[in-house]
Amino acid sequence: MAKRLDIQDLNLHYGKFHAVQDVSLQVHARGVTAFIGPSGCGKSTVLRALNRMHEVIAGARVEGKVLLDGEDVYASNVDPVQVRRTIGMVFQRANPFPTMSIRDNVVAGLKLAGEKNKKHLDEVAERSLRSANLWEEVKDRLNKPGGSLSGGQQQRLCIARAVAVQPDVLLMDEPCSALDPISTLAIEDLIAELKKDYTIVIVTHNMQQAARVSDQTAFFNLRAVGEPGQLVEIEETGKIFSNPNQKATEDYISGRFG
Amino acid sequence: MRTDTADVERPATAPTFQHIGIGRRLKNHTATGLFTVSFLVAVVPLLWVLYTLLSRGLVPMLSADWWSHSFYGLLPNDFGGGIYHALVGTIEQSFVAAVISVPLGVTVGVFLIEYGKDSRLASTATFMVDILSGLPSIVAGLFVYALWITTFGFPKSGFAVALSLVLLMLPLVVRTTETMLRIVPDDLREASYALGVPKWKTILKVVLPTSLSGILTGVMLGLARIMGETAPLLILVGYARSINFNLFSGPMASLPLTIYTERKTPTEAGDARMWGAALTLVLVIMLINLLATLISRLFAVKTK
Ligand SMILES: Nc1ncnc2c1ncn2[C@@H]1O[C@H](COP(=O)(O)OP(=O)(O)OP(=O)(O)O)[C@@H](O)[C@H]1O
Ligand SMILES: [Mg+2]
Repeated sequence: MAKRLDIQDLNLHYGKFHAVQDVSLQVHARGVTAFIGPSGCGKSTVLRALNRMHEVIAGARVEGKVLLDGEDVYASNVDPVQVRRTIGMVFQRANPFPTMSIRDNVVAGLKLAGEKNKKHLDEVAERSLRSANLWEEVKDRLNKPGGSLSGGQQQRLCIARAVAVQPDVLLMDEPCSALDPISTLAIEDLIAELKKDYTIVIVTHNMQQAARVSDQTAFFNLRAVGEPGQLVEIEETGKIFSNPNQKATEDYISGRFG
Repeated sequence: MRTDTADVERPATAPTFQHIGIGRRLKNHTATGLFTVSFLVAVVPLLWVLYTLLSRGLVPMLSADWWSHSFYGLLPNDFGGGIYHALVGTIEQSFVAAVISVPLGVTVGVFLIEYGKDSRLASTATFMVDILSGLPSIVAGLFVYALWITTFGFPKSGFAVALSLVLLMLPLVVRTTETMLRIVPDDLREASYALGVPKWKTILKVVLPTSLSGILTGVMLGLARIMGETAPLLILVGYARSINFNLFSGPMASLPLTIYTERKTPTEAGDARMWGAALTLVLVIMLINLLATLISRLFAVKTK
């Protein structure tokens, strides 16, 4: 189930803009890897490159390799649709499908893949909503549209939707930025639960969160505005937060950044 | 512009909110007046048209036979008869035009927005649609006449009219589809891709349902537009005062053609027929517009 990710010499461009330069790192299976770094340093960009969402943007380009258990997801004979089925994603902005009910949002991945068994879909919906800590709030209005939820509820709906398809790797881009402390804790519990079976990469601006949930942490930075973002270092989380190798990392973590 | 500062109870600081000055009030009233006048100028002619239509067209329309009979066998001075023949023609012709242009137009719109983006083919197609949307209806009629009737040798018919209406409706459908697809946020497409849903399925199950209400509304408005087109009718089909269901042969009436033809009958009865047809046409178009509003409500993305 869980798979390892090997990122080798990744360079990412938006048209002429070189957004991320020479990133190489390993994401361990059955573990949580946190990406931290200042706004605009390319965390989301790297994350989106891992399941081939980067190329969806017009003009965006990828160089380098992303190996999933040794298989290059960018190999010419690999179908990006299959990559995304294997590597799921929760976006920085909540994006529920406005035409679908809450329940249908959660099981959208399965339904659109052709699953018709209503009972099975209902089970998956409940299980996923429970793990995203949303079930109690929506169980009486599963047929209401997804857009009727609050911002934080929508974000948890999106998490439930991503979990419902049971990907091998789950990429989460600031999943808790719109959530209250209780839901945040619930999501962190979910992450702890999921990492028994899945590989998780999480982008977060919350240092405590990175320290709480992750096994290893990657710090990204950019030398100056307009310059490409780079990986400064990736280390075991405990080490990053107690004794990082680079001064830049220490400055950032201790709030002396900028 | 402060008043009664003499009040000793008040603190000596300036009030946060100042009273609205005379100048502001004056400007406000002038603007309100201007808006009211422009509104009247715009609405009066409209009401006038409606009044004229109703005062002249309502009497013939109220006769029992109006919705079920044709003008068949009526002499120039005979009152009575009905509009059924023209209604059949208008509905059949525009319905067939819609059946052809909606799938075609939606497909082109989807291609342009979802697949074409910056490709050569897409920019050419957009250019063609631009030209087509400015095409005068008489030219559309002439074109179909030259191609369908002169070159291919088919007879004049209601279907030829439908073909010319396709030329007029197609750009409307393409445009609406383009506009409506463009306002679907990319976030939704990405959400779907990230679940491992292929692009075509994303378009079919996520993007199109999200924009369905807008596209359908546009289609209905396009339909309302082509129902009143007259020029192609004059070229492509003969007028019949009897009922003809067959789009492919024989002369066939329609509401605009009936108005045009009956105008040539210089009698009071002819006048009544003409105005009756005119009122009927306006009613039909209003009905379609109403339906468009209804559809847009019915299929709108729900938030509650
Ligand atoms: N769609 C896009 N088109 C062009 N440039 C983009 C696009 N998305 C991001 N960028 C640029 O790429 C760089 C990295 O952006 P990215 O979104 O990866 O930053 P981030 O580290 O996720 O920041 P944040 O913490 O604010 O989310 C930024 O300079 C940004 O302006
Ligand atoms: Mg980001």
